[in-house]
Amino acid sequence: MHDRPTRGVPSWRVHGTVASALGARLGGALLAGWLIGLGVLPPATGWAADPVQVSIARVSRAESPPEPLSFLDRPVEDDGAAGAELGLQDNRTTGAFLGHDYAYENVVVATDQDLAERVSALVAGGSRFLLLDLDAADLAIAGQAMDEVAGDAAGGALGFNVRDQSDALRNQDCRANLLHVVPSRAMRADALAQYLSWKRWDEVALVTGRHPSDAAFAAALERAITRFGLEVVDRADWTREPGARRTDSGHHTAQSEIPVFTRFDDHDVLLVADELDEFGEYLSYRSERPRPVAGSQGLVPTAWSRTHEQWGATQIQRRFEKLAERTMTPRDQAAWLAMRSIGEAVTRLQASRAEAVREFLLGPDFTLAGFKGVPLTYRDWNGQLRQPILLSAPRMLVSVSPQDGFLHRTSELDTLGYDRPESACEAFQ
Amino acid sequence: MSAAHPPKPPASPSLLAIALCAIAWLGCGQAMAYSVYVSNERDNTISVIDGDTLEVVRTLEVGERPRGIVLSADNTRLYVCTSDDDHVETVDLASGEVLHTLPSGPDPELMALGANGERLYIANEDDNMVTVVDVNSREKVIEIPVGIEPEGIGLSPDGSLLVNTSETTNMAHFIDTETLEIVANVVVDTRPRVAQFTPDGGQVWVSSEIGGTVAVIDAQTHEILHTIAFEVPGLRPESIQPVGVAIADDGSDKVYVALGPSARVAVIDANSFEVEDYLLVGPRVWNLAFSPDRDRLFTTNGVSGDVSVIDLDAQRVIKSVKVGRLPWGVVVAP
Repeated sequence: MHDRPTRGVPSWRVHGTVASALGARLGGALLAGWLIGLGVLPPATGWAADPVQVSIARVSRAESPPEPLSFLDRPVEDDGAAGAELGLQDNRTTGAFLGHDYAYENVVVATDQDLAERVSALVAGGSRFLLLDLDAADLAIAGQAMDEVAGDAAGGALGFNVRDQSDALRNQDCRANLLHVVPSRAMRADALAQYLSWKRWDEVALVTGRHPSDAAFAAALERAITRFGLEVVDRADWTREPGARRTDSGHHTAQSEIPVFTRFDDHDVLLVADELDEFGEYLSYRSERPRPVAGSQGLVPTAWSRTHEQWGATQIQRRFEKLAERTMTPRDQAAWLAMRSIGEAVTRLQASRAEAVREFLLGPDFTLAGFKGVPLTYRDWNGQLRQPILLSAPRMLVSVSPQDGFLHRTSELDTLGYDRPESACEAFQ
Repeated sequence: MSAAHPPKPPASPSLLAIALCAIAWLGCGQAMAYSVYVSNERDNTISVIDGDTLEVVRTLEVGERPRGIVLSADNTRLYVCTSDDDHVETVDLASGEVLHTLPSGPDPELMALGANGERLYIANEDDNMVTVVDVNSREKVIEIPVGIEPEGIGLSPDGSLLVNTSETTNMAHFIDTETLEIVANVVVDTRPRVAQFTPDGGQVWVSSEIGGTVAVIDAQTHEILHTIAFEVPGLRPESIQPVGVAIADDGSDKVYVALGPSARVAVIDANSFEVEDYLLVGPRVWNLAFSPDRDRLFTTNGVSGDVSVIDLDAQRVIKSVKVGRLPWGVVVAP
């Protein structure tokens, strides 16, 4: 999110007899694999006679990275892919000790290519675990293709949504073969509303951008505001096309436009739904009333942020920065969690059939350590990963939801998003 | 976190002890004289608690983010993992000064001192390595590649076997300290933290923070003999996160496990593996240490910034001692 100096990549320091013989620069996973191969490292107890083969593919569409509004944020070229890569390395390190082999393919589908065809070919070719970095429309195409091919494939195939936040995908449009690693918009909105409620910032004004995704986030915010007893006192839609990002004396325009646009009834917080980062950043310090901004800009509810270093997150932030030479984004983190979900299931099951992995992930014995302070698990009614949501300001973590006092009879994490009784998903019954 | 703190206890136990010591001056005087060292992760300090008065008597300045601490074999020095400085500091306990640093590898977290006091085995959380350092020559002996995010280090009583846990690989790695090679890898529950051998060296107890369990592993066969689960009425399972493990070596056959955010220490029967009791301490209770004569247990409570003193005969908390911010590691020197 923020332009922070990337740490230098230290040389991979290797000392001593065992390691120096192999030379530096090998990744940990690779090294462990080598050592086992050479008979230096014994496999873990219970290594099956036949090594377990796991085949994973990540599927995304070719796209140019969006240009952030702030010059401090750099466009990210390998968003999501680097997170998958780190998760793969982590799985391979564990796999090397256990005799589990992880194959991986990163597939970028061109805009004019047939997505269904590529997905079918991947599943038919043996990739039974798909990290789907796609939007809702493409996820439906991919899910359909997986169903059609996997019907013939032993053990089926399992997809992980690592990109799309649509609530419909977790409700009426849910698919049995698709788990959702990224939080839904409803989960993020609930996380923010709980914090506003805790602060007793009860009255909000809401600005919604011009895209369908903005309308979807605004709807989630409206739902959350109602759910937690707050009130939207005023609303407005921002319909302007984004102008040139670089203009001489550009601040004059924003300084005169925003106060006029934000003449709202009095409120405690100014909420904004601008997922593509076109205008939300202009609201802070320029709104008519001096009110904090939250939502897609300002105080942001998010699955991941570089500001987060609690619960051991320092380690994964550093490991990621070593690997990618940039900071970890929420899309990277989702891909990492999907990879680690597969790895955890395979490690525990000592097997890699997709249907067995799915059953394990949705069952009571699965817990994932995701650097959020509590075990992460999947909701068995719609395949959504339960997770705390960070509330991050641009330079500092502010809080983590669920907030204290929002109780639930099974898991407080289920106070975020559509709970079991509210769910319209039928594919998981 | 709003867990209630135990009330301040009356001063009577220590007064009684002083009175008894006055009667039998020589014998008790020695048993009572000990110091408790606590690393304060946030404050970059070590609090020194007098074992007699149970008050903080000194605060030593150390490097950035002190976590794991270990005493030298002669108890005159304290080795401190100053994680954000990427080294281990050697603190002279008489002067309170940092004498020198040891090359630990990046982000050292927990460590153990070898049986002859010459080697430190250090988990480098950032580097997927266990680093072995000679404390006299101050040089690295070797780095042993292990799983992702090495954390806990447990050494067998005879020093021949080392167990390292890796938090993201979810394994206990058994390492032969003679050959410095891994001899076995045991998959345990999610995010393993502390590994402790039983006094006879027959078992290793490994806590899993996110999995919420403790695995009892046979040190010879590497089989998991038993997995201990915890349940505190009124608390959600996610808040029960086992970290510190202290195994009594006084014949009481008790094992104590710190349960993190739940602010509880579990008391476990070492033979039946039954959890007998949960003692209320402070939130984010991390690590544990016995007094020299095994009549007390000290706990570091990160969120409340204090150390609970548990009377092991009475099995209750007798005092909370305020230390620095985010107390993390604890050791006791006679």
